[in-house]
Amino acid sequence: MPQQIRLKDHEKDARLVRNRVVVGAVAVVLLVCVLIARLYYLQVIQYDYHSTLSENNRVHVQPIPPTRGLIFDRNGVVVADNRPSFSLVMTRERAGNPGKWQDVLDVIVEVLELTPDDRALFEKRMKQGRRPFEPVPILFELNEQQIARIAVNQFRLPGVEVAAQLVRHYPQGAHFAHSVGYVGRINEKELKTLDPVNYSGTHHIGKTGIERFYEDELHGQVGYEEVETNARGRVLRVLKRTDPKPGKDIVLSLDIKLQEAAEQALGGRRGAIVALDPRTGEVLAMVSQPSFDPNLFVTGIGFKAYAELRDSIDRPLFNRVLRGLYPPGSTIKPAVAIAGLDSGVVTAGSRVFDPGYYQLPNYDHKYRNWNRTGDGWVDLDVAIMRSNDTYFYDLAHKMGIDRLSSYMNKFGIGQKVALDMFEESPGLMPSREWKRATRRQAWFPGETLILGIGQGYMQTTPLQLAQATALIANKGVWNRPHLAKTIEGQPPVDENPMENIVLRDKSDWARVTHGMEQVMHGARGTARKAAIGSQYRIAGKSGTAQVVAIKQGEKYDRNKLQERHRDHALFVAFAPADAPRIVVSVMVENGESGSGVAAPVVRQVMDAWLLDENGRLKPEFAPATVAQESAP
Amino acid sequence: MKNNFDRMLSSEDVMRRRASFLQRIHIDGPLLLILLTLAAGSLFVLYSASGKNWDLLMKQASSFGIGLVSMFIIAQLEPRFMARWVPLAYLAGVFLLIVVDVMGHNAMGATRWINIPGVIRFQPSEFMKIIMPATIAWYLSKRTLPPHLKHVAISLILIGVPFILIVRQPDLGTALLILASGAFVLFMGGLRWRWIVSVIAAAVPVAVAMWFFVMHDYQKQRVLTFLDPESDPLGTGWNIIQSKAAIGSGGVFGKGWLLGTQSHLDFLPESHTDFIIAVLGEEFGLVGICLLLLIYILLIGRGLMITAQAQTLFGKLLAGSLTMTFFVYVFVNIGMVSGLLPVVGVPLPFISYGGTSLVTLLSAFGVLMSIHTHRKWIAQV
Repeated sequence: MPQQIRLKDHEKDARLVRNRVVVGAVAVVLLVCVLIARLYYLQVIQYDYHSTLSENNRVHVQPIPPTRGLIFDRNGVVVADNRPSFSLVMTRERAGNPGKWQDVLDVIVEVLELTPDDRALFEKRMKQGRRPFEPVPILFELNEQQIARIAVNQFRLPGVEVAAQLVRHYPQGAHFAHSVGYVGRINEKELKTLDPVNYSGTHHIGKTGIERFYEDELHGQVGYEEVETNARGRVLRVLKRTDPKPGKDIVLSLDIKLQEAAEQALGGRRGAIVALDPRTGEVLAMVSQPSFDPNLFVTGIGFKAYAELRDSIDRPLFNRVLRGLYPPGSTIKPAVAIAGLDSGVVTAGSRVFDPGYYQLPNYDHKYRNWNRTGDGWVDLDVAIMRSNDTYFYDLAHKMGIDRLSSYMNKFGIGQKVALDMFEESPGLMPSREWKRATRRQAWFPGETLILGIGQGYMQTTPLQLAQATALIANKGVWNRPHLAKTIEGQPPVDENPMENIVLRDKSDWARVTHGMEQVMHGARGTARKAAIGSQYRIAGKSGTAQVVAIKQGEKYDRNKLQERHRDHALFVAFAPADAPRIVVSVMVENGESGSGVAAPVVRQVMDAWLLDENGRLKPEFAPATVAQESAP
Repeated sequence: MKNNFDRMLSSEDVMRRRASFLQRIHIDGPLLLILLTLAAGSLFVLYSASGKNWDLLMKQASSFGIGLVSMFIIAQLEPRFMARWVPLAYLAGVFLLIVVDVMGHNAMGATRWINIPGVIRFQPSEFMKIIMPATIAWYLSKRTLPPHLKHVAISLILIGVPFILIVRQPDLGTALLILASGAFVLFMGGLRWRWIVSVIAAAVPVAVAMWFFVMHDYQKQRVLTFLDPESDPLGTGWNIIQSKAAIGSGGVFGKGWLLGTQSHLDFLPESHTDFIIAVLGEEFGLVGICLLLLIYILLIGRGLMITAQAQTLFGKLLAGSLTMTFFVYVFVNIGMVSGLLPVVGVPLPFISYGGTSLVTLLSAFGVLMSIHTHRKWIAQV
C-alpha cells in the first residue's frame, strides 16, 4: 500500500520530542550550574564582604535632595531662594520596638508643649514614610528654644533628630505671589504621580505659577549616598556617593521696579495689570491685587489662616490676570476694526450715521450707543476715538458671527495665549457651533451685534486683552507672553506657536493704531485726560465690563448699585505708538470708568517703564531713528 | 482482533488497579511526594520570612489545600477531553483579557483582575498560564512535525494576542512567562534549530538599531536600570543590594532558622514574596539553596520523564512545555534575587507567599498527572 506523505508518523514525532526533552534536560542542568556558581560566588567567595556589611548593621542608601533652582527678576534681584531651616525628623525603625515610635511622638508633644492635633498630624506624616530607615520630617521651622528642648530631652527621644534642610523663601513677599507662585509640601495625591526615585529626598513641590510650571527644571536630579551605619544608625563611612544635580536657575522677564510701580498705580483697589514687551512677549509686570504672602504656604499654612485667605470677599488667592474672566467691552474694538477692514465689510472711508442707537431691519429692539445723543456721521477713525457703539454694531452685523469668531480666535480670544503660565483660563469666544453644543440653540443676529462691542458671551482675561493689543502693536506677529526670560541661560521654546496674523493690506494696522492714538491725543478722544503732558505718543482703548446686566430701557445708575456690582473698568494701550515697547492692560474691579479710572493707571505704568528719573523719555525708547527703521 | 484488543486492555487495567491505588485516582506518586515536600519546606521558610506570622502561614497552608484539590480534579480529566475544550478555553481567556483591558481603561488601575464582588475574583492572565501551552500543543499536535513555517506563524499569532493584552495591563513578567510557555511547545515540537538561531541572530541587530535610532534618552535610561538595577539604588537597586547582602552573609551553612538578620530587621523588602530565596540563603546558606534546587531538579526530571513517556503528541508537547516553563520560574526568580538577571516580578514557585500562583502551579501539575495516568497500555510502543 503506497503511503501518503500527509499521514502522521507517530514514531518520528515521538523521537523528535524525546530529543528535545534531552536538550531541555541538559539546558536545565547547565543553568542550575550557573545559579549555583553565582550563589557560590556570593556566599563563599564574597562571604567576608557581605558578612561584614550584614554584621555591622548594614548598608543604607540615603538620597541627597538637589538644591532647587533660584528665581531672579530681569535685573538679577532674587525673587525665590533657599534658606536653611531646622526640622524635626524621626526614623521609625530607630525609635525602638515596633510600635514604640508612637510613644515617642507622645514625648515630643509633651516636650514641645504641642496639641493633640499636632500629634495627629505627626502620625499622618510618619505613615507617609516610604522606605525602611527613612527619616521622616514631622515638624518644620523649629525655633532655637524648640531645638534646645529637643536636645535636653534627647535621651527620651530615640530615633528623633533635628535636621537642617534648605527651604524655599520668597524675599519679595506678596509682589510675585501670582506670577512666581509658591512651593508647598508634597501631598498624597502628588506622591502617586511623582517619580519616587527623583523625589525621594524632596519634601516640597511647586504648587502654582512659575514654581509649578517649571517644576521639572527647578527641581534637579537627586543624588545618593550609600553609607554604612552602626546599629544605632550613625553613619560610619560613605561607600559611594553620587552628587545631586541642582535645579536650573530661572531669570524672569518681570521687573521688580515696574511691578512695584504698577501696584502703586493701582492703589489699594482690586484689579489686575499686565505689562508686555510686544516685540518679544516678555511679561514685564503682572499684578493681581489683593495679593498674599507666598511664604505662608511653604511649610504648611495653618487651617485658620488659610480659611481667612480663601473666604475673604476680596479673593486674594484668585489670579485675576490669568483666571479673571471679563467681557472685554470696548477694548476689543481695535481688533474688531482690524477684522472689519481685512474682511472688506468696512473701509477707512466708509461711514455710518449714528442717531444714538442701532436697529436691525425688521426688529424693534434698539441697540444703544453709550452716548445717547448720537455722534452723527462716523468713520473708522472717529468710531475708535469716540468708542462709537453704533458703528461697531453695524460692522459686526455686516461681518456675521462666523468671520468675527474666526478673526477673534486669531487674536487669541477663546484660547490659552501664554507660554509658561500655570492654569491660565482660555476665556471664551462664542461661535455658532459653541452655542449649539452648549445651549442647544441657534445663533441670533442680535448676539453678533453686541459681540462687536465686546459684550455678550465673550469672556477674556486681562492677559488675553494685553496680547490682543500687543498683536496690533506688533502688526500681527505672535509672541506668546511668557514670564521666564531664560532658564539656565536658555530662552523658553514655544512648541506650539500661533500663526501670525497677515492682513491683505498691511496699512490697516496703522489705520487702527491711528484711531487708538486719537483716543489718547485727539481733541474728542475718550481718554485724552490720561495723556495730558505725556512725553511719548500712546495708542489706547478704554472699556467697561458689566457686572450685572442692565435691562432694556433702564439706565445705569451707580447710586442704585452696590459697590461690588459696579462695572469693571478696563483699559489697554501701547507706547510709543510708532515703535511700541510696552503694552499695558489694566482691569480695575468695580472701577466703573475705563478712561477715567483705568487709563491713568496705564499711564503711570508706562511712565515708570519709559521715563527716566528726570521724567524724560529714556534714550533707548526714543522715536525710531533712520538706522533702526532700515533694519530688517 | 478487536476482542483481543479489549481483553488485553482490561487485563492490563486490572493489573494496574491492583498495582496502584494512586494510579486509579490518577495521582502520580513521585510528583505528589515532591510537591508535599516543597509545601512543607515552604511553610518552614515562610514562618521565618514573615516574621513568625501564623495567620499568613495558615493562609498559605489553605491555599495549598485548595491547590491540591484543584490538582486532583484536573488530574481526573482525560487529556483527550482537555484537547477538545482547549480552543474554547483559549477564546474565553482572550475574551476575559479584553474585558480586563477595557475595564481597566475605564476604572484606572486594578487592571489585572476580573472582579465580581461576592462572586468571583481572579486574574485571567493566571488562567492563560496553562491554557496558552495547551492551545499551542493542541494546534501543533494536529500538524506534521517539525512544524512548517505557516504553522509556526499561526502559533506565534496565537501566542501574540494574549501576550500583547497582558503587556498592556501592564504585567511584563507574566506576559514573558506566557510567551515562554507557548514558545516551549514549539521547541518541544521540534522547531528547526536554524530558525531558532536566526531569530536570535536577527534580534541582536534589531535591538541595536532600536537603541540608536528609535529610543529616547529616558527610555534608554529605563532599560539600563532594568538591566543593571544597582545603578538605581533608591529604587529597585535597593532590593538587590539588600538581597545580595542577605544571601552572601549566609555563607555555606547559613545563620540558622529564624536567625537571619537582614530579613528580620526589615532590611529585605518583599521578604516573604518574590525575595524569599534571600531568606532561605541567609538562614540555610549555600547548602539550603542547593537542597531546594535539588528538589526542583527532581520535580523537573519527573516532568520530563512524563513528557517522554506520554503517548499522545498533545500530551508530550503540553507536559514538556509546562515542565520547562516551571524551570523558567525557578531560574528567573533565583537569578533576579541574586543579582544575575533584571528584576521582574516572578515568585519562587511553591515557596513564595501567594495563593493565586500556588493554585495555578498545582493545577499545572494536575495536568501532568492526568497525562501520565490516562495512558492506554496497548498503544505504548
